Amino acid sequence: MTQTSLGESVVQKEIHAQAKNNGVAANITQTQPLWMLAEVTYRCPLHCAFCYNPTDYDKHTQNELTTEQWIQALRDARKLGAIQLGISGGEPLLRDDIEDIVIEAKKLGYYSNLITSGVGLTEKRIQAFKDGGLDHIQLSMHDITEEINNFITNTKTFELKKKVAAMIKNHGYPMVLNVVIHRYNIGHMKEILEMAEALGADYIELANTQYYGWSLVNRSQLMPLKEQVEEAERITNEYRAKVGGKMKIFFVVPDYFSNRPKKCMNGWGEVFMIVTANGDVLPCHSARVLPNMQFPNVRDSGLEYAWKESPAFNKYRGTEWMKGPCVTCPEKMNDLAGCRCQAFLLTGDAESADPVCSLSPNHHLIEKAIEDSKNPVLASQPIIFRTDKNSKKYVAGDKERVEEFHALP
Amino acid sequence: MENLAIDPTLSTIKHDDVFAIAMHHRFQWEEAQNTYVILFPEGMVKLHGGAGEVMKRVNGQASVGDVVTELKAAFPDATTIEADVIGMFEMAFGKGWIRKI
Ligand code: SF4
Ligand code: SF4
Repeated sequence: MTQTSLGESVVQKEIHAQAKNNGVAANITQTQPLWMLAEVTYRCPLHCAFCYNPTDYDKHTQNELTTEQWIQALRDARKLGAIQLGISGGEPLLRDDIEDIVIEAKKLGYYSNLITSGVGLTEKRIQAFKDGGLDHIQLSMHDITEEINNFITNTKTFELKKKVAAMIKNHGYPMVLNVVIHRYNIGHMKEILEMAEALGADYIELANTQYYGWSLVNRSQLMPLKEQVEEAERITNEYRAKVGGKMKIFFVVPDYFSNRPKKCMNGWGEVFMIVTANGDVLPCHSARVLPNMQFPNVRDSGLEYAWKESPAFNKYRGTEWMKGPCVTCPEKMNDLAGCRCQAFLLTGDAESADPVCSLSPNHHLIEKAIEDSKNPVLASQPIIFRTDKNSKKYVAGDKERVEEFHALP
Repeated sequence: MENLAIDPTLSTIKHDDVFAIAMHHRFQWEEAQNTYVILFPEGMVKLHGGAGEVMKRVNGQASVGDVVTELKAAFPDATTIEADVIGMFEMAFGKGWIRKI
């Protein structure tokens, strides 16, 4: 799973036009999922250091849902209101039934998106996707230099990505690129944008690394300096002004450097529903890190139960569950207290304010992380790549590098 | 809420302009949400009330003027239709949801 836009650049605006007198629509509270993300497998040929699949993903590679179970999930989610479908992973192309899933998605009226590293995309498969009605393909690119691309993904895939980009374009698909930004490529912003333009990208998303899963393990090594982020944003803005509407550029600001958290996933259980490889239903990608939570699974109960009734989806809906300083904060509707996973991973308390917030009593943890990233000793620690072997270690409880982030302040 | 009522004489949208839904965008009615939506890579927009009424007439054939005439006939009580329709076209074009034919 590359860090897609899913939480961030979702354009989910309600447009109220007044072309008729009574056109003032009621602003209905969202009670239906709009987005279904199918993380169809955690298997992946790549080993990205910033991967935000769970560090213990290896547990979930043997018990994937069957094609029939996926198709049922698609139907149920559509009934609940989901319109956008993301087919993601791991590398979804490692499953040979993506073609069937695409056909079903089309039949159901989804706008479907395949999120891929490009490994495993062939002429034959892309043709089948096109014929089946897949709406678009989002390709993750890592950097313009082969060295960095291969280093950060720990594989040799750069040439392949270029080929795949051309294939996507040739089949009349919009070219949607996703580039995860980190210390090793943030200095190449202009070159990355030039590459995207040369490839004919219609959209490019520059997603600053967020620290969950493997990227949290590697945080000190991946986090860029604040000045680098500012410079990157400046270059991006300049480029955007230059290319105009021809290529849409999204720059996802890293939350560590802002003083308010993001409204994570557009609100817990508000818009997104994620079904993982083994059938767990989650309100956000990394929700399984939260303690004392039982997530529903499509094998035991339907998606309707998961969305409407399950304690997990209801737990952090609205504002009732909040603590100080959020509960009395005048800004609480803007960010709904930020990300639960980040709050838990960094402070040990899932109900506390996201420590990114400068009003959080734990904000010093973020400041410390930023300091640590400037520390040459920590920054030069070896990167722990996402591999089955490393994952097995996490499953087995060899968590020493993760524990330090769980620790209470 | 965005106020779309702008002075039609100041607009870049002309009455004989013809628009179609932009490439890679899809416009459809969503029963579950009880609203029209525009779907595109990375996002979607819900179109409430009048916005949907305008967009459903964007078909690569009807001109802006045709849409105004049709909506005036459909909603005779509304007084600012023309400005609202132009405003909607302006926004949709600006956001890249529609393309000029
Ligand atoms: S290893 Fe890389 S390509 Fe594979 S799922 Fe993780 S981020 Fe995506
Ligand atoms: S105190 Fe809580 S609700 Fe207020 S801005 Fe910070 S995180 Fe958001």
